[in-house]
Amino acid sequence: MNSEQPLHSTQFTPNNPLPQEGLMPDSIATFEPEIIREMDMHIAKFPVKRSALIPLMFIVQRERGGYLDPPGVAFLADKLGIRITDVWEVATFYSMINTEPVGKYHIQVCRTLSCKILGAGAITEHCTKRLGIKPGGTTEDGRFSLSEVECLGSCGTAPMLQIGFDYHENLTIEKLDGILDSLP
Amino acid sequence: MRIEAIGCEPNLIKRFALENSTRLDVVRKHGAYDMARKAVTTMSPAAVIDEVKKSALRGRGGAGFPTGMKWGFVPKDSPKEKYLVINGDESEPGTFKDRYIYERDPHLLLEGCLISCYAIGARTCYIYSRGEYKYLIDILDRAIEEARAAGFIGEKLFGTDFSCEMHTTTGAGAYICGEETALLNSLEGLRGHPRMKPPFPAVSGLYGCPTVVNNVETIAAVPWIIEHGGDAYRALGTEKSGGTKMWSVSGHVKYPGVYELPMGYDNLEKFIMEDCGGIPNGRKLKAVIPGGSSVYIMPASDIIGKKVLMDYEGLVVAGSMVGSGGMIVMDDTVDIFESTKNLTEFYKHESCGWCTPCREGTDWLVKVFKRIANGDGRIEDAQLLLDICDNIEGKSFCPLGDAAAWPIQSAIKKFPEDFKKHLVPMLQQDAIAAD
Ligand SMILES: Cc1cc2nc3c(=O)[nH]c(=O)nc-3n(C[C@H](O)[C@H](O)[C@H](O)COP(=O)(O)O)c2cc1C
Ligand code: FES
Repeated sequence: MNSEQPLHSTQFTPNNPLPQEGLMPDSIATFEPEIIREMDMHIAKFPVKRSALIPLMFIVQRERGGYLDPPGVAFLADKLGIRITDVWEVATFYSMINTEPVGKYHIQVCRTLSCKILGAGAITEHCTKRLGIKPGGTTEDGRFSLSEVECLGSCGTAPMLQIGFDYHENLTIEKLDGILDSLP
Repeated sequence: MRIEAIGCEPNLIKRFALENSTRLDVVRKHGAYDMARKAVTTMSPAAVIDEVKKSALRGRGGAGFPTGMKWGFVPKDSPKEKYLVINGDESEPGTFKDRYIYERDPHLLLEGCLISCYAIGARTCYIYSRGEYKYLIDILDRAIEEARAAGFIGEKLFGTDFSCEMHTTTGAGAYICGEETALLNSLEGLRGHPRMKPPFPAVSGLYGCPTVVNNVETIAAVPWIIEHGGDAYRALGTEKSGGTKMWSVSGHVKYPGVYELPMGYDNLEKFIMEDCGGIPNGRKLKAVIPGGSSVYIMPASDIIGKKVLMDYEGLVVAGSMVGSGGMIVMDDTVDIFESTKNLTEFYKHESCGWCTPCREGTDWLVKVFKRIANGDGRIEDAQLLLDICDNIEGKSFCPLGDAAAWPIQSAIKKFPEDFKKHLVPMLQQDAIAAD
């Protein structure tokens, strides 16, 4: 399979770039060869490059301080041969793709039913008290962001939260303090 | 958290307890990939599909569609590529079973993928997982590497002409991407909006090619079917619901966990009150949502003493559904108005915005819930909520809208008292209390 394959899906408008100059952010992000290799590995999985957009957004986000900034978006559009608006359109749909800066540690407390009835409220409250930020907020030093998120598939070990990609389950207030204290 | 089989031998979870069960050399000693070899070297694709049809295996992702029948819809003479896509989005509140298949026995899933690809004539399989499951995707990536190095994935497998590639990929936090056509859009690098059906994915799916989308647990059941035969699998469960199923149990039970039960397990009361250790802290059972947040809520009175059989038919008779098997148990401290509000906020957040009834409807529902919660409930609000539900149910583009309406409709019907006490204006409540 290669990228020359004809597209069958009617829902897919392939490489039809608008004159990108007009929309181009003032710079385009660059990455180390090793990161480019990681991206190419994802692109190679698919007959159509655009399919790698979400995995690549995660990489750009990771490499550019936790969020997808305009130069990062410009890079993705260029890399995948799609329009800048195509990237924004997708980026704004998915809750894990940040289009604004977030703290170094993004604390995401599950608020859905199983966690709720087992004390998620107290977990969020404790985070709020300790960090001095409400859900949706970021500490002034940029270390912590706090969010309430929907079910993370840990209902059997509720209440729980995720920091970045790490699961912390069966939480108690003491355990939560231990976790927050141990963050470098 | 417990992981165990009750009422049957551990089939799906039989290798979960092995030390280093994610490693190929460990599970090879316990038969991993032997059934892929058997299928590819001794059976025709049609024979594999026949066994799966006989097994009465039904999709474990929520809809319970017969798996063999779905595979049969893939056009055999199509010149296009065919794809197998594994749905590991697992975002239905209360559901956390696929996670443990990834975590404890990734090679079981990969073996199931191989056999399924062979059956439907696919050479490429994509395993799509929710973005939050990054550590699980890493486990799966390692397993794929190991299997590739050992010659179980790649070109000309088992000395035949059958070739099969497998790739993991990821969502990024969107419940709707569990819906199979939204998942396909997401996999094509688009917003996760559902597509019109028909055409069904089996005819026109990924890149417009014939595509089978199956849940992780569904595919993980396939090696057992090849080993023991479709009839034996069906015999584990009931005539119409074959085999065993993993139930995720959370909420107010002593032993939450993932339980493998035979389909038709007798019965739901025994399961909750004995097998899961009953309700902790001396509390009483109040309500159960048996199959993930999208199914009808059941009051304790529909369970206790009712001998509810745990399979697709039994739960419908009892007034609910198997769904994804994500069981949420609630004791008598829970206010069903509050729990329903919580789930409605989930659906509002996750409505993808594509169609008006679901996007606007869930928004209105949350507005009304919030107003009631703020103490401004009016007695006619129960009917207002039902009217909004009626404007969503059956009128939305995909079943997410129905899934938002059903919990509310059933909660108001089964727990009218919990709603009423919020709906009487504050002044009147004071008057009642003073009486
Ligand atoms: C809103 C919505 C969310 C869904 N979420 C999931 C999910 O997380 N995992 C899943 O396997 N199926 C999910 N489904 C069901 C899929 O659309 C599809 O029926 C299933 O993946 C087919 O596989 P199966 O036959 O093996 O169950 C969802 C459906 C809807 C309407
Ligand atoms: S409800 Fe919190 S992880 Fe599922």
